[in-house]
Amino acid sequence: MAEHAQAPLLQLAGLVRHFGGVYALNGVDLSVERGEIHALIGPNGAGKTTLIHHISGAMHPDAGSVRFDGADITRMAMHTRVAHGLARSYQITNVFARLTVFDNIALAVEARHGGGDETQAVIERIGLAGATGVAAGALSHGEQRQLEVGLALATAPRLLLLDEPLAGMGPEESERMIELLDHLGRDMTLLLVEHDMDAVFRLADRVSVLVAGKVIASGLPDDVRADAEVRRAYLGDT
Amino acid sequence: MSFYVESRRRRYAASVVLAGLAAFPLLAQALDQGFYVSLMSRVLIYALAATSLNLVLGFGGMVSFGHAAFVGLGAYTVALLTSAGAVSAWVAWPAAVAVSALAALFVGAVSLRTRGVYFIMITLAFAQMLYYLIVSLKTWGGDDGLPLAARNILGAGIDLKDDANFYYAVLACLVATLLLVGRLIRSRFGRVIQGIRENEARMEAIGYPVFGYKLACFTIGGALAGLAGALLVNQTGLASPNQMFWTQSGMLLVMVVLGGVGSLYGGALGAAALLILEEVLSGYTIHWQLGVGAVLLTVVFLAPHGLAGLATVVARKRHG
Amino acid sequence: MTQLVLEQALNGLQFGLMLFLLAAGLTLVFGIMDMINLAHGSLYMVGAYIAASVAEQSGSFVLAVIVAVGATAIIGALLELAVLRRLYRRDHLSQVLATFALILVSNEAVRMIWGDQPVMLAMPEALSGPVEIGGFMYPAYRLLIVVVGVVAAASLYLLVAKTRLGMWVRAGASNREMAQAMGVDVRRLFTIVFAIGAALCALAGALLGPLLAVQVGMGESILILAFVVIVIGGIGSVRGALVGSLIVGVSDTLGRALLPTLLREIVPLEIAASLGPALASILIYLLMATILFWRPEGLFPARA
Repeated sequence: MAEHAQAPLLQLAGLVRHFGGVYALNGVDLSVERGEIHALIGPNGAGKTTLIHHISGAMHPDAGSVRFDGADITRMAMHTRVAHGLARSYQITNVFARLTVFDNIALAVEARHGGGDETQAVIERIGLAGATGVAAGALSHGEQRQLEVGLALATAPRLLLLDEPLAGMGPEESERMIELLDHLGRDMTLLLVEHDMDAVFRLADRVSVLVAGKVIASGLPDDVRADAEVRRAYLGDT
Repeated sequence: MSFYVESRRRRYAASVVLAGLAAFPLLAQALDQGFYVSLMSRVLIYALAATSLNLVLGFGGMVSFGHAAFVGLGAYTVALLTSAGAVSAWVAWPAAVAVSALAALFVGAVSLRTRGVYFIMITLAFAQMLYYLIVSLKTWGGDDGLPLAARNILGAGIDLKDDANFYYAVLACLVATLLLVGRLIRSRFGRVIQGIRENEARMEAIGYPVFGYKLACFTIGGALAGLAGALLVNQTGLASPNQMFWTQSGMLLVMVVLGGVGSLYGGALGAAALLILEEVLSGYTIHWQLGVGAVLLTVVFLAPHGLAGLATVVARKRHG
Repeated sequence: MTQLVLEQALNGLQFGLMLFLLAAGLTLVFGIMDMINLAHGSLYMVGAYIAASVAEQSGSFVLAVIVAVGATAIIGALLELAVLRRLYRRDHLSQVLATFALILVSNEAVRMIWGDQPVMLAMPEALSGPVEIGGFMYPAYRLLIVVVGVVAAASLYLLVAKTRLGMWVRAGASNREMAQAMGVDVRRLFTIVFAIGAALCALAGALLGPLLAVQVGMGESILILAFVVIVIGGIGSVRGALVGSLIVGVSDTLGRALLPTLLREIVPLEIAASLGPALASILIYLLMATILFWRPEGLFPARA
């Protein structure tokens, strides 16, 4: 395993997926280093969510490979990936609406045979300690987004895939979420898909740009921001 | 909704009902209405069958439209074993459970690859397959079914040929099943299958092997249906293909919905309500199915959570 | 042998076309309204009963078929208006139960009107004999069914592929919200589609009436076959329903006719005698399970 210690935590090589004749992923290469907050940006329809589906195991690629912690997980089932420490949150809130906050988190903790103390700890960490007994469907949008992240967090991941955690949030809610993500980034590796550029440039250690199913740039935030190709393809500069 | 809250009131009501059921044969015999003991045995058997379906449907969220096939397989297993000389209930009944469990394991393994209406249809197709298979097997009686020469032997001096004794055996099986299912749904396994019912994709995403849990749930449901079949053939004295026809699966679904989907006692309540309704209506008119249909439509449109749901609403109103 | 195979293949085609008449309505109702309608078979039964009554009273088979088709279409439309449209937004389980209740109700209603005993529906005198086609004799009436079935299938194809109504139907089947956004009056469309489905059921019921017994419960057995058809074909696809119907019709008929004979060639007689019919009777279900195993959404999925 020693040789793997230096390998990136997540490495995608030549990932291809087409639906009918349309290429959603057109040879994606991407590596996420241990401990970093890596942001994935790109215009609508670039294939960001599709890419998250392929990393998390909800979909399988037509070609290419996904390596996690040095091991090839391209064909591995989603739940097995979770057991290996790879968890995701969803762009569209996808919680157990009829269950309480406690039961939501407890289910995720129980998946790895964890106990009740951990459930409480996760709930406090995502800032929902005041709503433990409330049904998830009755939470405000911002709180549901916190729970959404909490469900992924409760699986104790080493790599957390976050699909637009700030989607649909007001400024105050966004601020709370950004602080939460900032804290999480100290304990685990994050791959963050996000449209909010302020948040991306505040949080990210590195940024990759996905356009038309291909990563066209990857690097430090300031370098990516300055990259001419990125500006043309994405930021709309002429 | 929470997995960790249990209604004490409901448990109290259940013990009162149980005491009433235990006293029933004595009462019926005292009033010289022995016929009702046999009727109630039938009610309890269907209560067990509906409870097994409710585990699959109400807790596992799988709309299985072929459950009667597992009941029928249990009945045929007992009839075949008994005619081959294995007359002990301790042999024949567990065998029925095992055969139905195996069948459910196979049917589930194929069917659970599909979703939604395709799942409903493929479970239906498997049940029809078994139905036609048995109808065409002349050695097993074909259309006429396979008679059971005599009720199974329980031992310990308890003669099941006596209707009251048989009634108590059925009641014991039902109570054991309810205890088992009750424990199951409160266990980690139960929380997981209910989580899958609520949001299958997310359960996979937080690390559960969803397919395996669903298959286990489906198989346990099938096994319990096999037990119901073993009792049913002892009650009627005949393993009949009619017990497997798709309308029987429909009736079991009706019982579960009538009683309350996803409520521990829902299946039992619904079975009792439907069979007693049938009995009462058929006393007035030969067209009693019209009444059953009308009641069923009313339930679907006015009480979508069934009798158990209705009871909860009433209790809530009364207690503020 | 060849003649037997040919004759059975024609029988299979005839059965398949009748199945298509049922399956077409079922798959459209399912595709557009996302609704499982178990009571579809009841409309088939009602159509057959009405045809039998009219034929008995008037002596005209043609009139019987026309009245049965028209009356059942009206019954279907009324059923949609009164009950079924309340179910579109409910889950599949509620739909299964409510329409199962409708089966019980319609079976009893038929028993109350026509009684318990099967009723006779005589085929037209002129068609009761055989005709010669391609060197062998085939019952004229069965040939008529094939012809009517082909005409009905072709008309349905033209209706769906070439008319404005058909365009709405196709739009509704592939994307309901989009159809609504395009300004399709979905509520009226549903009623019309339902009436057409009911009319096709009645046509099948009236045509098959002289060959099978017209009796309570006749809808339940054929309903399941129609479901097998649409599941094989892909729910919502009329083309899938046609292909599925022919597959099921031909393989069921040929299986029943030939499997016992074929098995006798390879296994001992006494085993073949019991295995043959058993295998033949479950053949289409095996087929369906196999197809679903490889293609969980059927042969022609209507929705991408």
